[in-house]
Amino acid sequence: MKQNDKELFLLKEKLSTMWQKVISQVERSKLALFNGDTCIAEELLYIEKEVNSIELSIDKNCENYIALFHPVAIDLRLVLSVMRISLHLERVADYVAGIAYFVKDEDCDSFFKKWKEELGLEEVYTTILNMLTTTWLAFQSEFIDNAKSILQKDIIINVLQDKAFSTLSTNLHNFDNYEIKCAMKTLLLFQKLERTGDHCKNIVEELVFYIDAKSLKHKI
Amino acid sequence: MIKAKDVHFYYGDFHALKGVNIEIKEKTVTALIGPSGCGKSTFLRLFNRMNDLIDNTRIEGQCIVDNKDIYSKSIDVDTLRKNVGMVFQKPTPFPKTIYENIAYGLKINGYKDKRKISDIVEKSLKDAALWEEVKDKLQQSAFQLSGGQQQRLCIARALAVSPKVLLMDEPASALDPISTSKIEELIYTLKKEYTIVVVTHNMQQAARISDNTAFFMMGELVEYNDTKKMFLNPEKEITQNYITGRFG
Repeated sequence: MKQNDKELFLLKEKLSTMWQKVISQVERSKLALFNGDTCIAEELLYIEKEVNSIELSIDKNCENYIALFHPVAIDLRLVLSVMRISLHLERVADYVAGIAYFVKDEDCDSFFKKWKEELGLEEVYTTILNMLTTTWLAFQSEFIDNAKSILQKDIIINVLQDKAFSTLSTNLHNFDNYEIKCAMKTLLLFQKLERTGDHCKNIVEELVFYIDAKSLKHKI
Repeated sequence: MIKAKDVHFYYGDFHALKGVNIEIKEKTVTALIGPSGCGKSTFLRLFNRMNDLIDNTRIEGQCIVDNKDIYSKSIDVDTLRKNVGMVFQKPTPFPKTIYENIAYGLKINGYKDKRKISDIVEKSLKDAALWEEVKDKLQQSAFQLSGGQQQRLCIARALAVSPKVLLMDEPASALDPISTSKIEELIYTLKKEYTIVVVTHNMQQAARISDNTAFFMMGELVEYNDTKKMFLNPEKEITQNYITGRFG
């Protein structure tokens, strides 16, 4: 393998590791949230630091690669995409950390258990995990023919968030002070998941730029 | 401005260019890239008929500069070479003073007015971004200049006779990074007035200085495209393999 290819291979490997860690973080945040498991929440906060450190390392590697190899064409698109995707993944890990703090707080545990099914959180998580996994596979195979269908999944998340907002606001007048506070916290939690969906959408756009050399930004 | 229509070129039996078609727009910089022996320098030299100086060569097809087929019998080669200047890989100053290097071309083109010649020398040196460095030593030998300065002197010499086209065959390959940067800046400035075609082996240089890039391989023009497109998303896989260093 030529040195250039070796460097790119290592860069891809590092991003792939980060990606897998973030998928696992999202999966485990669901477990922590649904079971009120504070141990998992602690673990999520610890691993978030690892994700941050991988992001810094990828950044450094990309800077070095650009400085030393002056990439063009597909190599340039790859290195730019790797930098941007790692940034999106790091933000997803940040949102997961936010969810971990929500779980650790234990303040609204009972409220959340009561409402989680009606708010459709399970579906939100399934959709996000599907987006993250599908994009990771596309990155591995360097083949993305289902970009549009992945992008549309972000719309599902937005619809579910609107529905959750509507459900909780409809019931707001029946809530006591504690429940109002928890309803607000739950909506903030939803916002974190919705933003995660946005980042997944951005990742798809990056993949299309890398693999097909097309820009989907602000087009779908 | 410059066109090649189904151009074939032969060195004896060797088929060096195979049906090249290209149209180069006025006042743009076009980079010719490709592996050694792919025909890019041969192609460049067609446009001021430098290949005529090589024995046993033959051309088919049409090379058009300013709507004229430059290989037609009515073309005066000296006039053509005045209109289509050339800069080579290694600086080639004459063994004369800096002033005489520029003035020489003017004198053989019939200029006699010393004042006018001096004005053109100054303008050419200014256009070649060399004036400030040599204005106080115009009577010194051109060989006393650094390599980068000599190359800019050669560019000034080509500019002095008011060409429309400048052909450059790896003009910075023998220069250090600072001189290279000056030549690149100069090319960028000169494209406002001249049509420039540059052969280069330096991919980054091609990307930096050119508006369009032509990729040659084994005598064929494989891809000719906007430089940004070429270096971000070339149409042909073989172009991508070449510019990313995965060739061969």
